[in-house]
Amino acid sequence: MNDSAEKVSLDERQFQAAVRCRSVKKYYGAVKAVDEVDLEVRKGECFGLLGPNGAGKTTLVEILEGLTRPDRGLVEVLGYQWGMGDDRSFRERISVQLQETQLADKLTVAETIRIFRSFYRQGRSVEEVIRKAGLEEKQGERVMKLSGGTKQKLALACALVSEPELLFLDEPTTGLDPQARYQVWEIVEEFKSRRGTVLLTTHYMEEAARLCDRVAIMDHGKILAMDRPELLVESLVGRGIIEFRAGEDFDETLLAQLPSVKAMERKNSGFVLKVLELNQTLPALLAEVEKRNLKLAGLVSRPATLEDVFIALTGGKLKDE
Amino acid sequence: MSESRIHHPLMELTIARIKETIREPEAMFWIFVFPVLLALGLGIAFRDRPPEKIPVAINSRMKDTSQIAEMISRSPRLKAQMIAPADLGQFLRTGKVALIISRTREINFLKSNRAENLQAQSGADLFLIYDPTRSESQLARLAVSDALQSGMGRKDVIALQDQEVKEPGARYIDFLIPGLVAMNLMGSGMWGVGFGIVFARTRKLLKRLAASPMRRSHYLLAFMLSRLVFLVGEVAAVVGFGWLVFEVKVYGSILDLAIVAIIGSMTFTGMGLLVASRATTIETASGWMNFIMLPMYLLSGTFFSYSRFPALLQPFIRALPLTALNDTMRAIINQGDPLFKSWLELLVLILWGSVSFAVAVRIFRWQ
Repeated sequence: MNDSAEKVSLDERQFQAAVRCRSVKKYYGAVKAVDEVDLEVRKGECFGLLGPNGAGKTTLVEILEGLTRPDRGLVEVLGYQWGMGDDRSFRERISVQLQETQLADKLTVAETIRIFRSFYRQGRSVEEVIRKAGLEEKQGERVMKLSGGTKQKLALACALVSEPELLFLDEPTTGLDPQARYQVWEIVEEFKSRRGTVLLTTHYMEEAARLCDRVAIMDHGKILAMDRPELLVESLVGRGIIEFRAGEDFDETLLAQLPSVKAMERKNSGFVLKVLELNQTLPALLAEVEKRNLKLAGLVSRPATLEDVFIALTGGKLKDE
Repeated sequence: MSESRIHHPLMELTIARIKETIREPEAMFWIFVFPVLLALGLGIAFRDRPPEKIPVAINSRMKDTSQIAEMISRSPRLKAQMIAPADLGQFLRTGKVALIISRTREINFLKSNRAENLQAQSGADLFLIYDPTRSESQLARLAVSDALQSGMGRKDVIALQDQEVKEPGARYIDFLIPGLVAMNLMGSGMWGVGFGIVFARTRKLLKRLAASPMRRSHYLLAFMLSRLVFLVGEVAAVVGFGWLVFEVKVYGSILDLAIVAIIGSMTFTGMGLLVASRATTIETASGWMNFIMLPMYLLSGTFFSYSRFPALLQPFIRALPLTALNDTMRAIINQGDPLFKSWLELLVLILWGSVSFAVAVRIFRWQ
């Protein structure tokens, strides 16, 4: 038992993995919250778990955080396996921000950070964290009076007092207005710039695209794809999307002759083209249409996003709008 | 404010807990103001008054009415009223008088004016008409008999002297104050801790703390330690109020009182932790709190002595923690007993507290 654990830890150092899980499974009755997940987060990277509500992201993250026991599977965080040693002192090395935690209403911002600071042997000073999180003006304010965005910044500040090696963020910006979201991103980026490793869950593509070095798309407890965001988009969708409506006399065969088209599908009374290079496909399409005197309406061309990846993989939308 | 040195986590958690409680005005009211108001209300309701005279009726149509009235008025316990024969029945029936003194055989007891014929016993000079199931009437019967017999010249064969107890220490308020102290320790211990923890659990704060390197025992201990701070004020408020307003003295040592208060408070804090250890909603916790505390409010002798309950229930009642705390508080405050005399009660308290705490820590749910 001990030997194998040590062996895995040695492998770990070679791969420089901050988080590694193999065949992790967690069912709640008939609900397969996490279904045979393999995952590796490298040291120093920001890794995003992308998926809709109920995909199993939170369960997976809480298993990695040592808060939930998996039914089976191997979990290693910074080379440590939960329950194999002193969980409590291991927690000095990681930090978490949970979904929906409400901190004590009656305490002030500074008092709250102070308590969290007292749990760690080493870390930043309360003042420094307050400054880094942009909470100077709110430090004397009671938690109950804070806006959602400020509360979230406080939750991040509490997670960052210890200068953790690894930071877990579960939907750090859900429900925040754009400005607050931007401020949270800046705090995370500051942490990244100190070579900290981040594992975050989100259902916002822009968030994943902006913060994450690699993302995994998760749905129904399974990881469907995992790569750098732009590579995922490129390999699964292409770089661009062209959508348009067409008249009845539109000759479908011409689309197949266009350069750089990766895939094509009918949608309502029109077509969606997934293309590798917009600047090759689009002029060719327009030239062909003009030559044959065809009619196009509602022509849209845009870069492909993670949302398109998600739709391609699951046939569903990432968030319910 | 934040410049100061960060203390030990147990200290930081305790300070935070104290701040949270102080910043909750309602909690402050229930801990400090409510028991004092209760003591004031009950103290006034049961304050000492000269014993009331029992009203008795004398038939106004007797040849010696005034002579009898004179004899009755000499009794310190009786107050005589002269009533016309036709109204006598109604006065007795409605409880305006406790007893009728009459020579007339016919008294109207019913509204229908139908006279009831009372047959005089052979040789009886006077009728004393009363309802023997009313204790007040029984007292009147004794006092009237005594007043008339001695008025007619009976000599007492033995000299008796009444010594009325009015000394502080033996009044109802003296009984009540220690009970209120104990009840308050139970209420604030259980509600304060129980609500605080269940609230933190419903808000997922417990889970967040469990994800930090905080020692879990520190969190639970902080609740107990912060209680000690409020304890001083709680006990002082009720005892001090009783002393200032009703001259309720503490006959025993203040140190003993403090020790009992601490043990009692820890007992109920432990029980509060147990109730809160798994509850995931405030409603569940609150239901359990009431389920545990309500029987003790009734049975444990806070407002009246539990010796009135059937003998069969006594062992059960005496095993309740509030009974043990009530008895010990009374032994110290009212009797001035040294602490060791209450060792059995203290053992009961410590058992309840430590077993509850141990079970609570074992089954505690952090998420």
